[in-house]
Formats: sequence, structure tokens, C-alpha cells
Amino acid sequence: MTKKRLIQKIVFTTFGLISLMVVGILFAILGFIAIRGLHVVNWEFLTSMPEDGMTKGGIFPAIVGTGSLVLGSMVFAFPIGVLSGIYTHEYLKDSWFKRFIRMMTNNLSGIPSIVFGLFGMALFVNYLSFGDSILAGSLTLGLLTLPVVIRTTEEALKSVDDTLRMGSYALGATKLQTIRRVVLPVAYPNIITGLILSIGRVSGETAPILFTVAAYFLPKLPSSLSDQVMALPYHLYVLATSGTNMEQSRPMAYGTAFVLIAIVLIINTAASLLRRYLNKKVKMD
Amino acid sequence: MKKYRKVIEKFIEGVLFSSSTITSLTVILIIVFLFREGIGLFHSSPIEKNFVISVSKQNPVQQLNANQVKAIFNQDITNWSAVGGANDSIILFTTNDITNYYSEEELGPNLENLPQKLNDFIVANPGAIMYVSGKNLPKGFNGHFIKIKDISVSDFIFGKYWYPTSDPIPSYGIWPMIIGTLLVTLGALLFAIPLGLATAIYMAEVADMRIRNLLKPVVELLAGIPSVVYGFFGLIVIVPLVQQMFNLVVGETVLAGSIVLGIMALPTIITITEDSLRTTPKSLKEASLALGATRWQTLVRVVIPYAKSGISTAIILGIGRAIGETMAVLMVTGNASNIPHSFLVPARTIPATIAAELGEASYGGMHFKALFALGIVLFLFTIIINFTVEFIKNKQRRT
Repeated sequence: MTKKRLIQKIVFTTFGLISLMVVGILFAILGFIAIRGLHVVNWEFLTSMPEDGMTKGGIFPAIVGTGSLVLGSMVFAFPIGVLSGIYTHEYLKDSWFKRFIRMMTNNLSGIPSIVFGLFGMALFVNYLSFGDSILAGSLTLGLLTLPVVIRTTEEALKSVDDTLRMGSYALGATKLQTIRRVVLPVAYPNIITGLILSIGRVSGETAPILFTVAAYFLPKLPSSLSDQVMALPYHLYVLATSGTNMEQSRPMAYGTAFVLIAIVLIINTAASLLRRYLNKKVKMD
Repeated sequence: MKKYRKVIEKFIEGVLFSSSTITSLTVILIIVFLFREGIGLFHSSPIEKNFVISVSKQNPVQQLNANQVKAIFNQDITNWSAVGGANDSIILFTTNDITNYYSEEELGPNLENLPQKLNDFIVANPGAIMYVSGKNLPKGFNGHFIKIKDISVSDFIFGKYWYPTSDPIPSYGIWPMIIGTLLVTLGALLFAIPLGLATAIYMAEVADMRIRNLLKPVVELLAGIPSVVYGFFGLIVIVPLVQQMFNLVVGETVLAGSIVLGIMALPTIITITEDSLRTTPKSLKEASLALGATRWQTLVRVVIPYAKSGISTAIILGIGRAIGETMAVLMVTGNASNIPHSFLVPARTIPATIAAELGEASYGGMHFKALFALGIVLFLFTIIINFTVEFIKNKQRRT
């Protein structure tokens, strides 16, 4: 073996080991939380209220809270994001305006989540007087996800072959007809999977809801959009750092962390399975 | 019929157009609202609203700066001559001290005599400095208010002390947090860049399809784990580890924050680097290999130079992720408000400070404004990062 090849072998092996280490980091985190959290999680944990200063009982209100925030933000971000993605990709020609919109979307996605929290508090909670509410929290989270949804949509549309569009125009279809009948049916599997993945992100965000909706302890279910709710990520933060009895609430914290990770795992798996299934279906049609 | 359809198409195009403006609108609104709430910190007196600092009418001192007032109330300065007054010792007085001088009967059951007694006090003690609510002062009060220099932008940025709730004058200096944020980010990068680049190169250039298909979801999951879970893991595992390894009193340190943030920045760096490595045209690579270069040589001399701008983008976005990260850092860096001088001491970052304190700050007060001003600083950091990325992209497009 020449010296050159030897160097290559050493470098590539090192890189391989480093990649293995990255895998190791993931499994260390997942494993650690699974081992300590799995036995805490049972039906009762998932469906009962927290009790005894959050050292016993369950996390039901936090699950419902996070669920309603995810739903609320998606109702807002999905349509706007998808429509915006369609417009920038299908309608806008390469111009300063398109570059401007792209730039603003990129800017928005680079803004830290805590700044969204500040903004949500200033605009929704105070200026529009929604108060600490599901409405304020959902809108804040929705704005935070918007760039992700837009980018997903654009990527999905980009992967649609241009010959399909040309063919459709050649048959006399209008732009809108082409998008509805030709482009979207091919692109929708990737759009949908992207949307599902963004649900995972929203359900784990803490900083944007700190000052817009999250309640420290509120053992009841919300009855309207103007209610405060508990939420899983904030609940974990509270249990880990500021519970009244941190040692005794540790198992609760492990359980909550496990549920959060399980949500991400389930969503990622569901998204990739769905992508495979839908793409197969599209190809068969 | 045709005309009707055209109208519909135009209408839908309008709807699509308005949706596409929302992101731009949001960015603008974020700027407007951050400034609306935060800008009030500057060019206003640092004392809480309605409160005044007053001295006797006979006292020649008219103006003090914030540090002098602090020194006086900390009893570091005890004589008026030190701040340009007469040679007379300073008597500190806040409203709570009133009962040391006057009995409850004198003050009346509902403190209705308080204003009068405040006046009596200043007449009896010409060397006094009072920190009281302006509402409690009577008409014809025998004292004048001390003018205190407004908070300037440079006091805010370069000020070394952050005591947002101390009486009578809070300090809003964010220099320790700027250093803290940058140090934690730097540490994270020292960790994340080598690991991230190596993994990305391995995925793009070395590993076969099968291994790559295993690594891809691993990276996606790393990106998907919520930051509060990283923080929790850091708190339970990494903080004690750091504490034991370096034999520290507390494990909540810059280093712990850097490790957690490094892990969190990995997916960003890996994904973008890998994508950009993949954009290198096959023809270039094959030409290099055909000339007898090894794959490693090709990688170093051809692929990486070609993907240079993509790799820089990856690193810069990694920085952006690290600078703005809130919850994980809040949980593992200890949040001490000193300027950190090494990786083994606690520090606090800008986002962590906002998250930790906004809940306690009263709406519209100075502390609240200061936290929004911190938000402006953080926003400016990210804008700089975004524009750098934009600049690199444009440069790449032109070449």
C-alpha cells in the first residue's frame, strides 16, 4: 500500500469513527431517557392530572395543552405556508421581488425562538390583548413554523419535473389548472411529510410559549382559545429546574422527557412511512 | 365562461400573493415591536417610574450619574464632598426608614402624615439623600430632585453589571452576557465543526448508500429532539460529568453549555455540508481521480474547495443556532452574571436571561424594557448572520 493510500485509509476510518460517535450521542440520549422514563409512563401517567406538587399523578393537561397548541398553530401555518410556497415557486419569476421574499423567509427562520416569544408577548398578548392564551401561543408558534412549511413546499414543488408543466400548458391548461391537476398531485406526498415533521418541531418548542400561553401548574383542561394551558416542554423545564420538590418529581421529569422524545420518534417514523407509501401511490397512478 | 375563469384565477393569484408576503410582514412587525417595547430603555431615567432621588434644598449637588448614586447607597461614598458637595456626611433614607425616625402615631393610622414627615426629615437632616415615591412628597417640599444621567446605548452594551432589580438604581449592563453568549457559542463550535464536517464528509464521500441511509435518520432525529430535552439531559448527565472531571464546585459551566449546544448544532452543520459536498459535479471528481489522485486528495483539492461556500454557510448557520438557543443553555450554564474568564465557570447568555427574567419583570417597567432591548441585540446578531449567509450565496451565484 502506498503512503497516499495509507493516509486516506487512516483519515476515512477516523471519519467513520466520528460518525459512529454521532450515532452514539443520539443513542446515549435516547437510551438514557428511555431507561429512566419508560417505566414511569403508563396509561395513568398519560391520562391523569398532576398531584402533590407535581411529584405524583400524570401529565394529561400538558398533553392536551401541547395538542391544542400544535393544532392551533397548524391551522394557521399550513394553509398560509403552502399557498406562499406555491406562489414563490410557481408564480414568481427570478426577480428582485422573489429574492426579497426568499431573503425575508430565510431571515424569519433564523430568528431565535426566544425572540418569537418576545414578539408574541408584545403583539398578541399585550397589543392585541389576547392575554396569555392558546390563541396567542398558537399564532406565535405558527409564525415560527411558517418558514419551515414554505421551504418544504418549495422543495416539493422543485422536485416536480418541468416537462410535466410544459405538457400541461401545451394542452391548453391555465397556470392554476396545471398547478391543481398536474403539479400538486405529484408534489403532495413530500408536502405532507414536511408538514408532519414540522408538527414535531412545534410540539417541542418552549421559548415561544413561555410568555404567551404556558402555565406553570394548571390541573384542568382548557375550555376556550383564550385559556392558558400547560405544555409538555415547559412542564419538563419546570419539573427539571423549579419544582417544589425536585428529587421527588424527577421520575415525572423522566416520564415527560420520554413522552416528548416518543412524539418526535413517532412523527419522524410516520412521516417517512407515509412518504414512501404516498410516493409509491403517485407513481402507480 | 372564460372571463369568469380568468377572474377566479386572478383572485386566487391574489390570495397566493398575500400569503407570500406574510413572512416579510412578520419580520417587519418583529422589528417594530421589539423596538417599541425596548427602545424606551434609552434616554430615560434609570430610576423606576414615579420614584425620585431628592436632597435638601441647601445641598449644592444637582446631578449625579448612576454609578455615583449606587456608590452612595452602597455606602462606598459617605461624604458629600466626594461628589462635589459640602463636607458633610451622607444620610441614606428610603421610605421604609421612616419608622426609625417617627412613631406610628406621628405618621397616623393610614400614613396620612407621611408627606409632612418626609419634609420634616429633610429639614432636620440637610445631609440626607432620599429615595422615595414622588407621590408621597408634599407641596412646598424643602428639597430638590437629583438629575440622573439617562441610560445610554454604550452603558447598556458595555456595562459590566446586570442588577435589573436593585434599588434605588438598577444596572442594565449586558457585556457579561455578550461575552457569555459568544464564549458558549465558540466552545460549541470547537466541538461541533470537526465532528460535523467529518460526519458530513463520511456521509457524502465515503460511506456507501446503505450506511448513509442509516446515518440520515440519526441526524434527523438529533435535529428533532426538543431543546428542553437536551437541556434536561445536559443537566442530569453532562453537568455532573463536567463537575467530576474538572473537580469543580458547580458543574453548570460554559463548558457544559458548549457541549450541549455543540450536539444541538451538529445536525445543521452536517446536513448543509453534506448537501453542498454533493453538489460537486461528478465530472470534476472523475477528472481528478483519472489523474491518479486518491479519493482523499480529490476530496481535499477538488470537492472541498468547490463546496467551500456551502460549508461556510453550514458553519455560520450552526453559529446562528447556537447563539439563539435558549432553553438548553438556560438549564446548564448556571446563569451567573459575572463576565466568564474561562470555560469552567458559570455564565449566562442573552436568550437565557430573557427566558429567565421576563416572567418576573413588570409590564412596561425598566426591567421589561431592558429585556426587550436584549431581544433587539439578539435579533441584530441573527440579522448579521443571515446577511452573511446571503452574501456568501450571492457571491457563489456570481462565480
